[in-house]
Amino acid sequence: MNSLIAGVILILCLSSYFFGRSEARKLVTQNIKLKALPAYYGYYLSLWCGLPALIIFGCWSLFEPTIIKVLILNNFPQIESKDLFYEQTLSFFNGNFSGEITNEIKAASIKYSSINIIAQNSKIVIIAAALIGSLTFAYRKIQKNNKARDDVEIILKILLFTSSLVAILTTVGIIVSLLFESIKFFSTINIFEFIFGTSWSPQRAFVRDASAITPEELLELQDAFGSVPLFAGTAFIALIAMCVAVPIGLFSGIYLAEYASTKARKYSKPIIEILAGIPTVVYGFFAALTVGPFFRTLGESLGLTVSSESALAAGLIMGVMIIPYISSLSDDVINSVPQSLREGSYAIGATKSETIKKVVIPAALPGIIGSILLAVSRAIGETMIVVMAAGLAANLTINPLESTTTITTQIVMILVGDQEFDSPKTQAAFALGLTLFIATLILNYIALRVVKKYREKYD
Amino acid sequence: MTKEQRLKKRYRAEKRFKMYGLISVSLAVIFVLILVQNIFSKGSSAFSRTMIEVEVNYDSSLLELDSPINQNSLKDADFYDLAVESLLKIYPAKDSKEERQILRLFSPDFEFEIKDFLIKNPNKIDQVVPVKITASDDIDQLNKGNFPRDLPEDRRRVSNYQLNIYDNLIEKEKINKKFNNYLFTKGDSRDPELAGIGGSLMGSFFTIIICLVLSFPIAIMASIYLEEFAPKNKITDFIEININNLAAVPSIVYGLLGLGILLSVMEFPRSTPLVAGITLSLMTLPRIIIPCRASLKAVPPSIREAALSVGASKFQTVFHHVVPLAMPGTLSGTIIGLAQALGETAPLILIGMVAFVVDIPSSPVDPSASLPVQVYLWSEQAERGFVEKTSATIMMLLGFLIVMNFIAVYLRQKFEKKWN
Repeated sequence: MNSLIAGVILILCLSSYFFGRSEARKLVTQNIKLKALPAYYGYYLSLWCGLPALIIFGCWSLFEPTIIKVLILNNFPQIESKDLFYEQTLSFFNGNFSGEITNEIKAASIKYSSINIIAQNSKIVIIAAALIGSLTFAYRKIQKNNKARDDVEIILKILLFTSSLVAILTTVGIIVSLLFESIKFFSTINIFEFIFGTSWSPQRAFVRDASAITPEELLELQDAFGSVPLFAGTAFIALIAMCVAVPIGLFSGIYLAEYASTKARKYSKPIIEILAGIPTVVYGFFAALTVGPFFRTLGESLGLTVSSESALAAGLIMGVMIIPYISSLSDDVINSVPQSLREGSYAIGATKSETIKKVVIPAALPGIIGSILLAVSRAIGETMIVVMAAGLAANLTINPLESTTTITTQIVMILVGDQEFDSPKTQAAFALGLTLFIATLILNYIALRVVKKYREKYD
Repeated sequence: MTKEQRLKKRYRAEKRFKMYGLISVSLAVIFVLILVQNIFSKGSSAFSRTMIEVEVNYDSSLLELDSPINQNSLKDADFYDLAVESLLKIYPAKDSKEERQILRLFSPDFEFEIKDFLIKNPNKIDQVVPVKITASDDIDQLNKGNFPRDLPEDRRRVSNYQLNIYDNLIEKEKINKKFNNYLFTKGDSRDPELAGIGGSLMGSFFTIIICLVLSFPIAIMASIYLEEFAPKNKITDFIEININNLAAVPSIVYGLLGLGILLSVMEFPRSTPLVAGITLSLMTLPRIIIPCRASLKAVPPSIREAALSVGASKFQTVFHHVVPLAMPGTLSGTIIGLAQALGETAPLILIGMVAFVVDIPSSPVDPSASLPVQVYLWSEQAERGFVEKTSATIMMLLGFLIVMNFIAVYLRQKFEKKWN
């Protein structure tokens, strides 16, 4: 049904383009001087035909299910689990219901079918009315020989502007979805317990119904959500990753920018950048199945106990993943240091490495720091490597051979599979997500500012 | 220290410094090679499948058919007894325990394979015909040399008795390998020898198509607006800051967005490519807008001025001249953005694409997995067979990514005009 309506609208759009164009040409034969090319009258009619109808159609399809649900459930105030009841009604209506058929379900499904018919019919009527109304309006305008091009351009400009608003909408969506659940979470769990508590065991919060938590249970839950071990684990793994990525990335960047021949640069730069294009789940697989066991056997031969899900393996592989981010950014930054600075240094007798160490790097330092900050924000937001290679237990440890857990791992672990909404456990994932969002936002903001300032200095 | 000594020291430092750089670059390159080599060596064996040839006696009395023999009655028939009867003949068994071990040499789907053979060749009824049946994962791995045979029996998955049968079958040349078409045509399964990426391939395909349809037009329109029409004011600045920040938000946050808004508020169907596509398109949008704007910016102002000077309107200038010239750059930016979306896992896990789906999805609203999620799911499995399947999936995924990136580079090099 819906695809039929959409198809009809689109076909009307297309035909109204040709209709508008030929109408405009007719005007020309009557020796009227057009104010725009005939094609613009076609576009004008087509836009007026399609846009209002499509907007109404889209909004209607989006809100129809919810409105019908509310309308039906209002008739059955005595039902307790409303969502389940409604789902049963729907599946009964569609003829694939298995289970006990109650009278309420039958009644609701009859109600549903009548509302559905009303909804379908009124949808068709309203869309048809919109189509006819807007088409007549546009047709009259064409007959008056309006400035079709200007009008089309105004409509298009509004369209362009709306699509650029999607970015703002996404940000609002992220903030709303994170805040909404986090506020519910912090209304049951003390925010200071969350930030400063040192024991993380959300599996204790297996509560079916958040409204049914007794005060004793709530008191007991208070210290189940101390996220310090997660923050510490995240920072620790990011630190290991940076210990790998910063030296290798920085030296690669320097080498590629200052020493490598054009040919070596041409081949080695894309190879290093492959590392950034490999999906993180591949790194996770490699870390979990190859690097982890390798460290374990290596540790055993040295007489050390290494967990097979060690922070070291996860951090090391994450570091490898980050190398290209640091190397290509610092390569760019070093390349944009003016040649005159280097030449000045050579002129007073410095070797190439002395020039790099004493002149180029200090000049490029803000840019390099910016690239490192961006890399840190990638490291703390990285998910799959730590989910697959770091552990699940929240240990507060600084031994890289033990397993630790991170913010992202816990979000995935909490939300994987079926989750009941409205339990403190699920809300905790959103609270962690909010923390992550804020942390990366701050890091990115500082990094972008630093890089921008630096660029302005030499451009 | 004399002057010469100091100079020598400085030159040594110079050499050392250069060496550090060279070592770093080589380390990065070596790591790429190790990773690729590791995946390929693990995954290449997944493309073949071990088959055991068995003489099957298609005895129609065992099928208990009450209607005349035709395709439909064969489809409904129960082939289990017939299959077991023929399979047990491959080697003498003392007791029911050994019989069970014999059956465990084959994949659990043996009765269907025997049935399918007869449906394809209905004239073979009441004849004894050699049929090739998929071996179980253990035999498959043994045949590929992934299971060491010299371990004590209790640490092996294959018993001594099964090993004897295996050697006997090898001697009679009854065991051979064929190309593993199951890998591409089957959906997920708990048995590694029957598991395939058909379902996740379709899931990824639908997801990427939806992502492309949603993000490409919006990204181009947004970047045209910001680059060509936007007045310099607070709103424009705010949009720009938003786009730059969104491009750096961790992908898992988009998963939370999809879960919190698309699934729980708007009640879209869970685990489907539709939700995955919408979520990923929100994530990809800023990542496409940034290269699109860069390529619009790269079109020199003289083009615009020339068009305007012959009387084109601002819109005509942009849509007839600037956008076509920027197209190679925008397309290659879009393809690279889509390649990133194709490899994305974490947001898909949050919107429930980790469900165990056997059926191959036929539309974007069917539950399904996607390639990277399949990698994650299989990597959690213990069986050795899944390791090679996972590696093979990664090979496919990397193959797609390489092709996409290659197209992007080609578009840019071939069609992009060099100004200056």
